[in-house]
Amino acid sequence: MDNNLREAYGRELLEIARQDERVVALDADLCGSTMTKYLQEEIPERFFEMGIAEANMVSVAAGLALSGKIPFVNSFSVFAAGQPYNQIRQGIALPNLNVRIVGSSCGLSDAGDGATHQSIEDIAIMRAIPNMTIVEPVDAEETRKIIRASLQHQGPMYIRINRSSLPLLTNKQTPFKIGKMNLVADGSDIVIFASGFMVHQALKAHDILEKDGLTIRVINVNTIKPLNKDEVLKYSKNVKAIVTAEEHSIIGGLGSAISEVLCESKIPMKKVGIKDQFGQSAGSHEELIEYYNLTPQAIVVKVKDLISKNAFIFE
Amino acid sequence: MDSDKIKKLKRKAKIIREGILECIGVNKKGHLGGSMSSADLVAALYFYKMRINPDNPNDPDRDRFIFSKGHSVLAQYAALAEMGFFPKSELKYTKELGSILQGHPEIRTPGVEANTGSLGQGLSIGVGMALAAKLDQKNYRIYVIVGDGELCEGQIWEAVTCANFYKLDNLVAIVDKNRFQASGSIKERYDIGNVKARFDVCGWKTWEIDGHNMNEIVDSLDQVELVKESPCAIIANTIKGKGVSFAENNFNFHNNSLTKEQYEQARKDIASIVV
Repeated sequence: MDNNLREAYGRELLEIARQDERVVALDADLCGSTMTKYLQEEIPERFFEMGIAEANMVSVAAGLALSGKIPFVNSFSVFAAGQPYNQIRQGIALPNLNVRIVGSSCGLSDAGDGATHQSIEDIAIMRAIPNMTIVEPVDAEETRKIIRASLQHQGPMYIRINRSSLPLLTNKQTPFKIGKMNLVADGSDIVIFASGFMVHQALKAHDILEKDGLTIRVINVNTIKPLNKDEVLKYSKNVKAIVTAEEHSIIGGLGSAISEVLCESKIPMKKVGIKDQFGQSAGSHEELIEYYNLTPQAIVVKVKDLISKNAFIFE
Repeated sequence: MDSDKIKKLKRKAKIIREGILECIGVNKKGHLGGSMSSADLVAALYFYKMRINPDNPNDPDRDRFIFSKGHSVLAQYAALAEMGFFPKSELKYTKELGSILQGHPEIRTPGVEANTGSLGQGLSIGVGMALAAKLDQKNYRIYVIVGDGELCEGQIWEAVTCANFYKLDNLVAIVDKNRFQASGSIKERYDIGNVKARFDVCGWKTWEIDGHNMNEIVDSLDQVELVKESPCAIIANTIKGKGVSFAENNFNFHNNSLTKEQYEQARKDIASIVV
């Protein structure tokens, strides 16, 4: 279980709650899945079961934050970011409150439950709201660092957590700072900007492409907003092509955010992500990743397109 | 309560009504109807019941007020100015670019406790404050004014259920029941039925009062303090536009501008209120 992000989140939330009395958690009947159950078991007075009523939960969190607490609001991403959009916008982001909205089972990672429970546009929605910070951890270790760092952060945060267990890419020594990207692999021909689960896919694509003699830079964009523009420019400098990779719609997510920075760049760029369509049920996350073309091979194909003479054929 | 104190509160309500007019001005749009209907309730909260001090606005023990029907915030602005949270000269800049007094409540305004205006959210924010008070073992109280039109919002009933579940006896909802929504009479437009019964069935302790009778307002605010382990709701029957002859029970002045003549008439009407 060391590699499970939800597990890491739940344990670290309890840890920071032990150390900081301002930390409280709210959950809409999913504490066994979001893993807020650990906090509930040990510090029940600072866990609030809010029933299946996400709008109220988010506004209650606003009231708690206005009273000096640091509330962690929990549900699946699609319900945490989607259901209470206006409550987040008006009640939390506008007054810039210290509420942490934790979207669990993000992207397609709740494979079995299908489109209703998968979140492919949550980043787009949260990104459009002023004052909102958006982070997506790459592994369990980075999840712990994000939760710890959130104690010092001023203003609202949306934290996007994958349901799947993912290999550890970072360790205790790996630096982490909200708003700072991490270089995962270095190279000079191509840069791949990826977030969350897709960083792992980008690394696999890196291994395939290096066999072909290309050197690939892989960047873990753990903070999607505010996007560090200086780093985007620095890591894109002098490369032949740029690829973005996200477990999210290609509309409004990481790829869009990078494009917004690089819209005047002459370097060709392509996005790997979900193409403006809903998910569906499947037996496993892997099956969906294959079906929606979020594989290492999909990244390899984009890179090869970009460096071939077909680079500018619009898909 | 002795009659001198009641008179004093009535004078404050009159000052609030004058302040509302100051915010609206001439040929500028403003939410007159709902601000006027809540003026007596706001006066009793700020000048009788709530423990707040403009010299120590962040006192952790202060009582909190949330105007969930945020469009009526003009009444709150007038009260806050009268208390000294900001100069009365700010009122005339309400809703102008760069003003500290926005069209709907924001915490950037001294004395405002929450951002509201998207209807249905303020009572939930009050629940959060009430939970925080319990957690911190503080005895401050949270007062939330909601509108009867606003009660259509499903989130209100999520908050009502939640407050009962957590036995929030430090939370008071006051319904400014002026019987009008923006587009007309609630009875004709969209009636949710017996408001008091709805709160009752959700486990709240309820009172139904005349929301313009200062004695009844003060009594009910005293009585809610005796309740243990239940949230309290005061259903205040009010008149939309109360105090302004041509705007009373007239939904056209929910959010409208006043001509110079209407403005002068409104001033006269308010000046003639006997306290």
